[in-house]
Amino acid sequence: MDFTFTEDQLALRDAIHKFLMVEAAPEMLREIWETEIGRSAELRAKLADQGLTALSVPEAYGGMGLGDVDWVLIQQELGYYAIPDSLTATAYLAVFISKALPENSSLKSHWLPKIADGSARVAVGHPINPYVADAANADLLLLWRDDELHWLKPTDAKLTLHASIDASRRLYQVQWTPTDKSRLFAAEQGKALWEGVINRAGVAIAAQLLGLAQRMLDLGTDYAAQRKQFGKPIGSFQAVKHHLADVAVKIEFARPVVQRAAHALAQNDPRAAIYVSHARLAAGEAARLAARKSIQVHGAMGYTWEADLQMFMKRAWALDSTWGDAIFHKGRIADAVLAQSAALGPAETFTH
Amino acid sequence: MRLEYTERQKKFRTEVREWMQANVPKQALKSFDTKEGFEQHRAWEGKLNEGRWSAVTWPKELGGRSSDLIDWLIFEEEYWRAGAPLRVNQNGVFLLAPTLMEYGSDEQKARFLPRMAAGQDIWAQGWSEPSAGSDMAAIRTKAILDGDHYVINGQKTWSTRAVFADWCFGLFRTDAESQRHHGLTFILHPLSLPGITIRPIKQLNGLPGFAEIFYDNVRVPVSNRLGAEGQGWNVAMATAGFERGLMLRSPARFQKTAQNLIALYQKHQVRADRDPSIHEAVLKSWMDAEAYALSTYQTASRLLRGGQIGPEASTNKIFWSELDLLMHETAMRILGAGGELMPDCAAASESGPWLDGFLFAQAGPIYAGSNEIQRNIIAERMLGLPRA
Repeated sequence: MDFTFTEDQLALRDAIHKFLMVEAAPEMLREIWETEIGRSAELRAKLADQGLTALSVPEAYGGMGLGDVDWVLIQQELGYYAIPDSLTATAYLAVFISKALPENSSLKSHWLPKIADGSARVAVGHPINPYVADAANADLLLLWRDDELHWLKPTDAKLTLHASIDASRRLYQVQWTPTDKSRLFAAEQGKALWEGVINRAGVAIAAQLLGLAQRMLDLGTDYAAQRKQFGKPIGSFQAVKHHLADVAVKIEFARPVVQRAAHALAQNDPRAAIYVSHARLAAGEAARLAARKSIQVHGAMGYTWEADLQMFMKRAWALDSTWGDAIFHKGRIADAVLAQSAALGPAETFTH
Repeated sequence: MRLEYTERQKKFRTEVREWMQANVPKQALKSFDTKEGFEQHRAWEGKLNEGRWSAVTWPKELGGRSSDLIDWLIFEEEYWRAGAPLRVNQNGVFLLAPTLMEYGSDEQKARFLPRMAAGQDIWAQGWSEPSAGSDMAAIRTKAILDGDHYVINGQKTWSTRAVFADWCFGLFRTDAESQRHHGLTFILHPLSLPGITIRPIKQLNGLPGFAEIFYDNVRVPVSNRLGAEGQGWNVAMATAGFERGLMLRSPARFQKTAQNLIALYQKHQVRADRDPSIHEAVLKSWMDAEAYALSTYQTASRLLRGGQIGPEASTNKIFWSELDLLMHETAMRILGAGGELMPDCAAASESGPWLDGFLFAQAGPIYAGSNEIQRNIIAERMLGLPRA
């Protein structure tokens, strides 16, 4: 029993944290908002330079061959800096899907090296999300319909852009016709694969929500330490302190839940789906509270376009309902916890 | 990261489980806040000690098993799973003992710890005073050196278990001129000394779970001092750190309550589902109990790798005390009319334990440093916000 990360995992996390601190300042986010596609080739190239696009691509295809537990720390950083990029769909979800294919599949031989070196973007769509993020900016679409998984070029579909409150998100309605040629997996396999994808997307989002919560807490804390009223920093008043302390508590107890979910995926734990949904709910609660408390501490400034807080709040609000909203995840928890055969209580925390 | 138990840990779990199955009293003990129940619980401490289970994390030579924190968590899981009695000597075993091991002389360790492990000495706490609650540095009770004794005068209050306990540990002002956290000394003394008067205070449930202690020229030998004179604040802070840190409330306790709550909900589900917020609270109870367990395993793993407990420990106290309230409030809402029946009523067989727990849960956000104090600690020491 050892619930810690390795030195290597922590060192990679720290390196990415420092890198993004310099390369992904809020001003850059605002610039990317203004672009048509909402994504930056320059930023993508930098992420690839750091090895993030190659993280879980097998070494045989030019990647680093790392797994779910390595990703979870990186995802927290992607959230902390609200990185506007389709990195998760491309380098985590699509790579996971490719692992179910035979070695001679072109998704592996052709696309994996391109994913690893950062030159290909993949968008992943499932009816659980009404819109497909980044579809127009993708080189390849992986789309579920009736449990079948299809792959097609964005040019083979009709894409209609819809604006999100998070101006860095580009959401598309995708109209397309499945064909025998586009079918990558038949329904039975497509459905099984979907389980792995919804859970990995779930852990990635939960980890991003944790990072977002931490960022909003940091922004609120900095503001409270600097802003003076009644001749003192407002952060010296207990009412303000307690708002922020409550956020710290929520983050502190969501973090191990998210990290356990990542570990469960890496181990093919039969309870992984429950752990992922728990992670989503815990991290979502932390992020929503962080947004609420941080805007409160910011006062009127928090309600402006000018303050950076808005970027992190909006990302959190948007992400919280993607890849299964709270209704979906709570339903999965209820099904598991209220089942007559549920293994509950002391000594059942880890599957032995 | 390896979230599975080793073969050794699994064997340890089996050993605890088998011992608990064979030894946990079949019939619930009376409350340890009654004379009879106190002695029943003392006997249980002795029984635990015979199996060398009363203080598993202590060194072997002092009656423990030199268990690490993961083993402690496993032990606690099996303890709560078996429905074993509450620990009447919790103040001693989990709060004073770690401090004794850090600050005590070899003579003091040998003198106090084995008797503590065996339940021969049950310990009470002597922190609070009428004017020193959350503001513990306002302590006024004096212990003035006179030859090889301290002479204590003053008053302690809210002293948990003091009505029936044998010994008390606490902070006293040894420098009459000193202010705040200077000039305080950590002293251990028997509660039976001449000059001590104990006035029981009834708690919400009508039982005397704590007491006032009055000191009138009470003479305590200098050899009962823990740590150096005037260093009491630092010694006490180490105790407080353990208290809210890790060992005061093991996660297994709350996981057991969450499990019981799920069973209660399922039994009454048709009626309870008329209020959908109950369903929500039941799920949240399971999730938060699980989160508390995961967090504790993570902290334990970190400490085993040489990490330290920091100010984030204050988050624990807030999290479990609010969880405990949520679970018991939810249970009372499910029980509805009749939930008010006194626990010892014949008709209260289902609701009684919940009412007991509900009352005790009210104290959680108050004792061991109120949750307001914990939030201040988090804001100032973890987030770095300025002091008032």
